[in-house]
Amino acid sequence: MSSLHWAILSPFFIACFIPLVYKQFHRVHTGWFVLFLPIVLFIYFTGFIHEVGDGRHLSASLGWIPSLGINFDVYADGLSLLFSLLITGIGALVILYSIYYLDKDKEKLHTFYVYLLLFMGSMLGLVLSDNLIVLYMFWEFTSLSSFLLIGYWYHRERSRYGAQKSLLITVLGGLSMLGGFVLLSFMGDTYSIRELMGQTGELATDPLFTASLLLILLGAFTKSAQFPFHIWLPDAMEAPTPVSAYLHSATMVKAGIYLVARLSPVFAESSLWFWLIASAGILTLVWGSYSAVKQTDLKAILAYSTISQLGMIMSLLGAGAAALHYESMDKNIYMAATVAAVFHLINHATFKGSLFMAAGIVDHETGTRDIRKLGGLMNFMPITFTITIIGAFSMAGLPPFNGFLSKEMFFTSMVRVTEMEIFNMETWGVLFPVLAWVGSIFTFVYSMIIVLKTFTGKFKPEKLEKKPHEAPLGMLIPPVILASLVIIFGFFPNLLASTVIEPAVAAIQPGLSQKQFQIHISHWHGFTIELYMTLGVILLGSLLYITWDKWKCVYHIIPGRLSLNRMYDALLAGMERGSIGVTKLFMTGYIRTYLVYIFLFFIVSLGITLWREDAFAFDVGNTAPVRLYEVIISVIIATSAIVILFAKSRLTSIIILGAIGYMVSLFFVLFRAPDLALTQLVIETISVALFLLCFYHLPKLSSRKEERVAFRLNNALISIGVGVIVALIALSSHSNKLFESISNYYIENAYEEAGGKNIVNVILVDFRGLDTMFEITVLGIAALGIFALIKLRLARGTLKDENE
Amino acid sequence: MEIVMAVVIGILFMSATYLMLSKSILRIIIGTGLLSHGAHLLILTMGGLKRGSVPLLGESAGPYVDPLPQALILTAIVISFGVTSLFLVVAYRTYQELGTDNMDKLRGKESNE
Repeated sequence: MSSLHWAILSPFFIACFIPLVYKQFHRVHTGWFVLFLPIVLFIYFTGFIHEVGDGRHLSASLGWIPSLGINFDVYADGLSLLFSLLITGIGALVILYSIYYLDKDKEKLHTFYVYLLLFMGSMLGLVLSDNLIVLYMFWEFTSLSSFLLIGYWYHRERSRYGAQKSLLITVLGGLSMLGGFVLLSFMGDTYSIRELMGQTGELATDPLFTASLLLILLGAFTKSAQFPFHIWLPDAMEAPTPVSAYLHSATMVKAGIYLVARLSPVFAESSLWFWLIASAGILTLVWGSYSAVKQTDLKAILAYSTISQLGMIMSLLGAGAAALHYESMDKNIYMAATVAAVFHLINHATFKGSLFMAAGIVDHETGTRDIRKLGGLMNFMPITFTITIIGAFSMAGLPPFNGFLSKEMFFTSMVRVTEMEIFNMETWGVLFPVLAWVGSIFTFVYSMIIVLKTFTGKFKPEKLEKKPHEAPLGMLIPPVILASLVIIFGFFPNLLASTVIEPAVAAIQPGLSQKQFQIHISHWHGFTIELYMTLGVILLGSLLYITWDKWKCVYHIIPGRLSLNRMYDALLAGMERGSIGVTKLFMTGYIRTYLVYIFLFFIVSLGITLWREDAFAFDVGNTAPVRLYEVIISVIIATSAIVILFAKSRLTSIIILGAIGYMVSLFFVLFRAPDLALTQLVIETISVALFLLCFYHLPKLSSRKEERVAFRLNNALISIGVGVIVALIALSSHSNKLFESISNYYIENAYEEAGGKNIVNVILVDFRGLDTMFEITVLGIAALGIFALIKLRLARGTLKDENE
Repeated sequence: MEIVMAVVIGILFMSATYLMLSKSILRIIIGTGLLSHGAHLLILTMGGLKRGSVPLLGESAGPYVDPLPQALILTAIVISFGVTSLFLVVAYRTYQELGTDNMDKLRGKESNE
């Protein structure tokens, strides 16, 4: 166990003690006991920055299931470190925020912090593990803990709906990702991501490559809420706001981004990878920002904005994958997309975290998040207003905040995509900058909506539940820290460049050595096309915001009735209706139907086997001669078996059954089986007596008329089929006798070994005595069962009384 | 002779199947009775119906008929008797408790599912 292992597992250990602490120290908010852990971890991870910045990495191994090659291997390079810092840093701020957000008397705090710690530990494990299976394990842990956190207020119907939806969608992706991992490990014969990266060239030619790529991407897209799997994220907003800020803006939704970045060295050889990621990302960007504008709930706007920003990062990663294909050229141009992706990843975590917290403050202090009820809060909450302005302007991509820088870099990369001469980019490439630009305009619009509709305009006190006032200091500290980071990164972006971004980019594109590129982020590029695009965004965005009332009816047309949520609901309902329908179709509840299935299966499977294997053989060579007595008895049995079907009264059928039984014992006489004949006679007699007993006790109902079996053609065909199949199999197996019987041994040794002359009896009690013992057991059980059936009578009435 | 027996066994199976597909419990149990007769005869036939003496040593020195299928059938007869009698008592109790022997009515209510 290295220190990295302890770091990953420590949240799980601490989680075990939270309920205890909650019970013991009920008067102190449990969050204070949790808070120290992410702070310690954050400091621990900052200690690695220098080491990782020098191009080194940390790794450690811990055996788990070594025989299967599944080991708890951890590996920390620039990318993992970046994510670890985000997880622990924002984790600490969110816990501090939650201490003031959640009431310690009204909420069940211990479950909240247990779930949150579970989530933190699994997220750390996800970004730090090197083994695919371990990565998958932590991946599903994040899905589960996120499910628990979304459903935290489980008495609300919407919470349960959102939790179920997110679980269904992310687990669908998670399972397909597992499939992709398994295929990948088949191809590379290892579970280690490090070792797989070394085999990039060989993997790309493998026939399983495409399937594995698609399955893994499905996992990444569902987790990171890419189009069309983004629908779970807005519904996950039913979770408490700290959860939304932490899971659904900064960490969990970036797990898919992490996976794509992590596996880029393995898959980026393929044009499919580039196309899927770039186009899914850009589509998500446009759709997310378009949908965000029409929302009226602050958190819903932020949810769609998260979706759109994730799409932006995803499309940048796609464009960055193209860098691998320009071996000879100056790579810095194509590296820019990856740099932009990593930079925006950090920026988004900061400003989106602060925006969620600000939205939570507004909700907490006014009692609503609906922008139609809010307005004019500027004077009541000046600090929250400032935080929101910083966050929203950064999100919109306005100078001087960090969002501006990454937005510029985004435009640069998207414009350069058009210059690429790979993967048919000549024809379709022009769509990328256009879509990116359109998406950014909508981003500007909803960012303005968040700020202006909440904090400016007319104050509407009659619609608010509480009298608004500024939040307590502790609640303001975390968003203030994040907002300050937004400004600091905005003014001094190069603080991040060499320490965090360069190692992360080096991890995503390991083929390029550290010294080949030096990242320098500057505010001023000169009068470039990106600048004009930003100006256009501001101009058009303002215009759209002012005329919002005129064009909002467009949302009735698109998506209108064809929204993805409706499709999801209809799909679920349809699947349930369909399976109920199918079940009702064949599970009729009539025993006859099931017998028909069983017999039909018998006929079809055996008939087809006989026919396809050409198994039917007919050989008269080995048969015994036909004799008159036997023929007479055969005819009697056959006719009585048919007559029994037409018998009108039950009495007749019982007597015919008895007749058949006696004929069978006559057969036994003719075929030299005295013991059988004896037993058969006795048993047939008793059986008939029992049958008559049953018959005698039939209820005396006036409606009970003796009637013959109603003729049904289907039943007749099925029974003829069964009879024919049995006869055919009997004939052909008799014609194919493969070896002699072993009975000669019994005949020769019955007297010498067992001391008996009746060979059948010797077999029953000596050679094969075990059979007989259990046959006695069967009779004993039957007798006891019959006794119990008759004697034990818990009438239904008394049973009911006992239950009550 | 085996060919004739195969046909007879086929007819027994056919009738048994037809009865088991009918509505009344008693007929279903009669069907199982027919089915076990068919099975017993099938075992006997498949063991070979060659002429020979009764498998009692000392009766004659000649070739005996195969004793093993007989032992198997004897076991099968006893077991099927045990099962049949249990079935019959179950049917008898069903009449007593539920007042019907019609399988279509013995379905359980929708609410009991």
